[in-house]
Amino acid sequence: MPQYAAIIYSTDSDWTAPEHADEMAEYGAFSEAAAAIIRGGAALFPTSTATTVRTDRKGGDVVVSDGPYAETKEVLTGFFLLECDDLDHAIAVAATIPGAWNGAVEVRPVIPREMD
Amino acid sequence: MRESGRDVLASLTRQVGDLGLAQDAVQDAVVRALETWPRDGVPPNPTAWLRLTARRRAIDLIRRERSRSAREERAVTSSPELRPGWTAEIEPSVLDDDLLRLLFTCCHPSLAPPSRVALALRTLCGLTEAEVARALLSTPDATAKRLVRARQKIKAAHIPYEVPADHELPQRWDGVLSTVYLTFNEGYAATAGAELTRPPLLVEAVRLGRLLVRVQPDDAGALGLLALMLLQDSRRAARVDETGRPVLMADQDRGLWDRDAIREGVEVLGEALRRSGDVPHRFVVQAAISACHALAPTWPETDWAAIVSWYDVLQRIDPSPVVALNRAVAVGELDGPDAALKLLDAITGLDTYALLHASRAVQLRRLGRIDEARTADERAARLPLNEPTRSLLVG
Repeated sequence: MPQYAAIIYSTDSDWTAPEHADEMAEYGAFSEAAAAIIRGGAALFPTSTATTVRTDRKGGDVVVSDGPYAETKEVLTGFFLLECDDLDHAIAVAATIPGAWNGAVEVRPVIPREMD
Repeated sequence: MRESGRDVLASLTRQVGDLGLAQDAVQDAVVRALETWPRDGVPPNPTAWLRLTARRRAIDLIRRERSRSAREERAVTSSPELRPGWTAEIEPSVLDDDLLRLLFTCCHPSLAPPSRVALALRTLCGLTEAEVARALLSTPDATAKRLVRARQKIKAAHIPYEVPADHELPQRWDGVLSTVYLTFNEGYAATAGAELTRPPLLVEAVRLGRLLVRVQPDDAGALGLLALMLLQDSRRAARVDETGRPVLMADQDRGLWDRDAIREGVEVLGEALRRSGDVPHRFVVQAAISACHALAPTWPETDWAAIVSWYDVLQRIDPSPVVALNRAVAVGELDGPDAALKLLDAITGLDTYALLHASRAVQLRRLGRIDEARTADERAARLPLNEPTRSLLVG
């Protein structure tokens, strides 16, 4: 069965802060409801905690800068790896991720291992 | 042959589960037919011949593509229709199910609207890539790339080849209708190029409309869309003068309108209205407005009261400033320029829409406010010209 990354873009917040307890509970409810098809995923700390890393070539000098790679209003706040029947199934599941109403969820098919 | 090619494609796609592969196979089969039929004669059952040839070709292609999973090959080779003696036509209802699947795949909301139109023309109308490119005024290269990307997305993202679940069906079917409407619109008021219309695209859009009615014969939206396209297209010959300039409906030679298309359009509209509930589909309402125009012997004799009340319905179910504009013009014919101007001046969000200013100019001139009319005309003239022609579609 195909796998999809459901990538969540929403406002840049510290989800561990007490005022986000309700949203975290909503995510908990989603994780429970979709447990059978969730193959992985993570919630991320806000972009203020991000570090961007580049090297000038393979094995070359490491250039480290503070902040996220791209400054945007809605940021990558987390993702799920979902195993679904097809795109319509993935869309239906993505629509139940709280990020769908707090921001947007980008659904991208995952390249299967055997095609590596 | 194009119609049977499409039908063969629809069922082969279900069997192999890959639109791109099925398309290649059908294309090869059609090429074979073009080579052998003139020489050996047309087979007694051309569709069955195409189906068998396309399926054999699909199996060849699958065998060649070794990385492909064995599952698909089994799906093809174990299919009962490959047994000896298979020549009969498959059940029409099964075929329509396959066509419906193909429609939903090609019009999937995750594909960009221009890709949906290109896919519909390629797979459902059976146009070659070069013909699709010509119809959409694109280059063969760009069209080929667009189609390849669309097929890659269908495959990589596993866009399903099936009829959506009941609760998604109304919205998804509306997406199918919109794709056909978009195709028609692109032909009716070409957004690019020197010509006002692109007749080949109009013909294909009407063909698609008939296909939608065939697979969903009781769907009021599909019937309304077909009626709308037939009625709008009935005016094709009168919409441009000898020099290729657009002629507004008020000034058109109604003797040039296609009476057969009007007769059929009105008939189909009747079917649509019989199947409409309290809230008719927007295409049914648009077709009703178009029918009021089509049945009027002259512009002044048009049943403006009926048109205004249809616009009232349209404003309720699908409100937009363009609908408000068209309604105001109809009110102007019914109640005079004062009433129309009041409505036109209340419309917001259409400042860059040439027809708003052109319509204001008409009403101002009728009121004898010539200087203001001239100013409005000048504003209209500075705005893009394709917009007014596009808006003719709604009224």
